[in-house]
Amino acid sequence: MAGVAVSTTINGDHVEYLCQPDETLLEVLRDRLGLTGAKEGCGTGDCGACSVIVDNRLVCSCLVLGAEAEGRQIETIEGMAHGDQLHPLQQKFLEHAALQCGICTPGFLIAAKDLLAKNPSPTEEEIRFGLAGNLCRCTGYDKIVRAVQDAANVMKGA
Amino acid sequence: MNFDPRYSNRSFSSVGTRPIRPDGVDKVTGRARYGADFNMAGQLVGRILRSPHAHAVIKKIDTSKAEKLAGVKAVITAKDLPDLTDGDAAMYDILDNCMARKKALYDGHAVAAVAAIDARTARQALKLIEVDYEVLPHVTDVDEAMKHHAPLINDAIFTEGLEEKPVKPSNVTKRTQYGHGDVHQGFAQADFVVERSFKTEQTHQGYIEPHACVASVNPDGTAELWVCTQGHFVYRQHCAQLLGMEASKLRVTSSEIGGGFGGKTHVWAEPVALALSRKAGRPVKLVMTREEVFRASGPTSATSIDVKIGAKKDGTITAAEATLRYSCGPYAGMWAEIGAMTAFACYKLENVKTVGYEVLVNRPKTAAYRAPSAPMAAFAVESAVDELAKEIGMDPVDFRIKNAAQEGTRASYGPVYGPIGIGPTLEAVKNHPHMKAPLGLNQGRGMACGFWFNFGGQTCTDLNIGMDGSVSLAVGTVDVGGSRASLSLVAAEELGIDYSHVKAIVADTSSLGYNDMTDGSRGTFSSSMATISAARNAIKVLRERAAQMWDIGVDDVAWEKGHAVAKGEKHGNLGKLSLKEIAAASGKTGGPIAGHSELVADGAGVSFATHICDIEVDPETGSTRVLRYTVVQDAGKAVHPTYVEGQYQGGAAQGIGWALNEEYIYGKDGRLQNPGFLDYRIPVCSDLPMIDTQILEIPNPNHPYGVRGVGETSIVPPLAAIANAVSNAVGVRMSHIPMSPPRILAALEAEREG
Repeated sequence: MAGVAVSTTINGDHVEYLCQPDETLLEVLRDRLGLTGAKEGCGTGDCGACSVIVDNRLVCSCLVLGAEAEGRQIETIEGMAHGDQLHPLQQKFLEHAALQCGICTPGFLIAAKDLLAKNPSPTEEEIRFGLAGNLCRCTGYDKIVRAVQDAANVMKGA
Repeated sequence: MNFDPRYSNRSFSSVGTRPIRPDGVDKVTGRARYGADFNMAGQLVGRILRSPHAHAVIKKIDTSKAEKLAGVKAVITAKDLPDLTDGDAAMYDILDNCMARKKALYDGHAVAAVAAIDARTARQALKLIEVDYEVLPHVTDVDEAMKHHAPLINDAIFTEGLEEKPVKPSNVTKRTQYGHGDVHQGFAQADFVVERSFKTEQTHQGYIEPHACVASVNPDGTAELWVCTQGHFVYRQHCAQLLGMEASKLRVTSSEIGGGFGGKTHVWAEPVALALSRKAGRPVKLVMTREEVFRASGPTSATSIDVKIGAKKDGTITAAEATLRYSCGPYAGMWAEIGAMTAFACYKLENVKTVGYEVLVNRPKTAAYRAPSAPMAAFAVESAVDELAKEIGMDPVDFRIKNAAQEGTRASYGPVYGPIGIGPTLEAVKNHPHMKAPLGLNQGRGMACGFWFNFGGQTCTDLNIGMDGSVSLAVGTVDVGGSRASLSLVAAEELGIDYSHVKAIVADTSSLGYNDMTDGSRGTFSSSMATISAARNAIKVLRERAAQMWDIGVDDVAWEKGHAVAKGEKHGNLGKLSLKEIAAASGKTGGPIAGHSELVADGAGVSFATHICDIEVDPETGSTRVLRYTVVQDAGKAVHPTYVEGQYQGGAAQGIGWALNEEYIYGKDGRLQNPGFLDYRIPVCSDLPMIDTQILEIPNPNHPYGVRGVGETSIVPPLAAIANAVSNAVGVRMSHIPMSPPRILAALEAEREG
């Protein structure tokens, strides 16, 4: 199979790569670009561990083809902090211990960022449904929901 | 070393606080490296071919076409993993599970594997491998497998533990029995007897990270393995034994682990990856797909349990009996035995008897899952206990308090308890506002108790003090949920320095002595004991160095709040020396300062919990909603309370999934029908309420700080607590887990037709 040449923007940086037509964006990020922050938990769009934002839309990168990234703006977990300044969500996840094993954390942070961008003052129920596409097996979600609530308050005050 | 592990009452300055974990920033920035996040130069991609049949003789495997495919560097079958187990039946089973030898024993059993230059080539190569199967009759249900006419999974198995030696082979590998007293006499004294049968379906640990490793076997016979595991030292031993290597030549590094819950205590694909690397002469990365994780790793036992409990009118239990049948997959296990040990552990019983049967079925090999075997036994027993309380007309909490085990009680599985938390958790539940909150239409409240042994085991820790006064703590127990934070707190506490000056890491198998794996809720219990011991050894060195700096006798130097202090009036003008000052001078006083500890952490204190939950049931659809959930559990001493709460909440959430929704569904063809997160649905954020926690601290007398393991007990009560809640909501006793909508509707219908 011939490779597809793709020109895209990832975390604000211009990136070019060749990928196979059937290669997912997740495979490109992890295996070609070394951006291993997005995780493969299922490969079928059920767990959300590979969540990234493509043109302001939250997606499972395992369900997007690498070739589809052409001309898009992609945000991954690696671009969430600004230099040594953690994003308020990252900080609140740490403070609330909203992670145990941490494998789902990048996906949750990306999904929560997308949620708060669209709804800066979500109710608990809105947070729970907003993050229902991301699986966590360790925490029971309690501390994740509290971290997002706390981060939302901080971000509103900022 | 004369380390005294006994508990002594003390006040804490670091332990009990809630700092941010040392590995936290890496995990929120995506930098933490898990099993699949590591790569090596020249690395190949490994993939495994799996049996589509539940039970089949492997007559022939033709790999020639796959070997000829461009880009394929190695193809292996069982021939490439010859039997070197030398009569060790348990190791042989592990070998056979990693790569089927004569028969495929379950849908998903590995039969061959390839290593190729990329994933696409590897997938193509799998399709070119031709396996000639002779399909055999299969059995996947635990009760069916016990019947005389059931297909035999292993004709060399004759049931152990029977009074008469059996003459025919059986799917029942072993019978075990626990208890004391005379149950017949006990039941004769009872005014009320409840007798009921229960079933639970098979569930998976459901860790979000699939099994993943990178194996690299070098031409000189040394090898490296990077792997997500709960126990890299054990993986090293197992892999080395299966591959015929010296363990010392295999260095295993545990990656960050994306959940294990017991499922990453067993080797699965790692020996296969090493065999592929050995054959190909290149590193091989092998990552399971989610489908493979469900079909070929985990899961827990499916069970069938009969319980009979009798009590007097005043609520005293006179006798308790249970028969427990646990599926083991196709290999012998001790899952029913653990169930038989834990079933009645919460209670003070004069007459108790439990019998366990280990049952082979054509399902994946049963693996440990968080307090393995205890939740199912607790479901059956705690359901019957609730029913009995109702028959007597007693409040279920009061009934349990009346019969709860205490210090000095002989446990149903043998030992006599020391100070334990079952009574206090019940009293806390009795007084909890949750128990008094009003309920609405179609809502029910349930509560239940749970027990877990906890484990200690071999443990080894190095504590190195840098010249800048920082402390590096190398531990050998894999951190599955924040233990590096807890162990750093313990080191800070013992040394009397700030938490920020300590950083704990998990060392690889070449950097530290042997450690048992992180199982049995032992991580923080055992490694904190070793850390305290190592810190005390370091303090001894620090005192010697201070004595040298002051030119006084070491007996005149005490260690107080992170400082050496000269004792006695004659040294009154010497002031103090901080750890940092002593460390800075260490180059001139004898070199680096460190403390080491190697010990067997005996005396893991047993753990008890009591849970309360409120459930609403829709009688039209049978769907359920968890309205409120409360966990009360004894932690001994909560080292990092936030992570203790996290263990309580996480176990409860897994139990909720197990109770209400999760199950392996097999078709008549013996194939798993739901090997994915869409059809095997674990609880999502919108399924759950906040999970309230209450930490009790009844010190473990066998740990300097009183610590008990906390990780597992929290999954024991939920099945029963939720079953009791649903039963109370709908007025029908639920006896089959999970209580999915169809099962609840069927139970309601059966009651109506009753």
